[in-house]
Amino acid sequence: MRMKLYMKLFGAFFRIGLFTFGGGYSMLPMLQREVVDKYGWATNDELLDCFSISQCTPGVIAVNSATLIGYKQAKLAGALFATIGVITPSIIIITIIAATLQNFMHIAAVAHAFAGIRVAVAALIVSAVIKLIKSNVLQQPAEDGKQGPGPFFKRHWLRLLLFILSFAIVAFFSVSPIFIVAGAILTGIALVGKAAA
Amino acid sequence: MRELLLMCWEFFKTGLFAIGGGMATIPFLAGLAQNYPQWLSVADLSDMIAISESTPGPIGVNLATYVGFHVFGVWGGVAATLSLVLPSYIILILVAKALDRFMKNRFAKGAFITLRPAVTGLIAAAGYQVFRIALFREGALLMGAALLFCALLFFTQWSKTQKLHPVVWIAVAAVAGVIFQF
Repeated sequence: MRMKLYMKLFGAFFRIGLFTFGGGYSMLPMLQREVVDKYGWATNDELLDCFSISQCTPGVIAVNSATLIGYKQAKLAGALFATIGVITPSIIIITIIAATLQNFMHIAAVAHAFAGIRVAVAALIVSAVIKLIKSNVLQQPAEDGKQGPGPFFKRHWLRLLLFILSFAIVAFFSVSPIFIVAGAILTGIALVGKAAA
Repeated sequence: MRELLLMCWEFFKTGLFAIGGGMATIPFLAGLAQNYPQWLSVADLSDMIAISESTPGPIGVNLATYVGFHVFGVWGGVAATLSLVLPSYIILILVAKALDRFMKNRFAKGAFITLRPAVTGLIAAAGYQVFRIALFREGALLMGAALLFCALLFFTQWSKTQKLHPVVWIAVAAVAGVIFQF
């Protein structure tokens, strides 16, 4: 009986991993179909909560959602089956591609194609950064009254400064991103409750 | 064996500190390219990003499998992927019950407000590295690549075309690369 649930969790998240391109928000419709509509493991609201928790905790969003939903259904083993399910398609597909690609890389046309693709990757990352600047740097964090972290966080220059510092330190000095992540978290905690002077 | 354990440790750290999903793992992998050039170059990283965007599965997981395979073959790919997901698995299980309360904590809220612009900066820095190897060769600007970059940046932002899947732009750029011999 329990094994049946484990296999269902594995199967559902295997399909989610298999049919999601790109990750992040693009996986939400597939999650809804499997988790809410097909199996009723969570309501739409619970799924969105789970999704926002996954975004704020370390690691890959899709994998975190799998771990949370699997845990909710069947504790440790449920989390394990769901997590392994969501990463298995990637491991199989990427291993096959990586193994075959090595045989083609020496062909001139393939090398030119990848040189072109590099330009697209640069454009896609810069494009993603522009969107992230709009939502994470320029936009005011949501107002939530007494429960909020304090008025200091409303300052645009604070977020702009953090963005520029983080970019410059990592781009021009080889500092590990770990220090930036830890530093930004500590800065936030230190500033909680600071009044806007 | 030591090399494999070292790689697993690096992916464990990436899984622990990459907050915000797939794109957030890219700066950590760019750091790997800097510290362990024998494992991968920035050009390899860019190829991997393109392949990960064009194949199913979460980008972070795809990148880990690809890097692991690149360095240590099939089992390297499996080991790297498991190392990447292990920290979040442990953290989520440990805190699953207290998560709702944690999300409403004002210190946590404050930390996320300062973390998000910093992570945006990290991704921008990784983008800058790919930008440099894509548009410049031996210090000289490649005109064709620069034009393609501007065009793609425009189309990925323009409201009429921004919803198109990244695979479209990757395919366009591959064709342009072959025709104009980048």
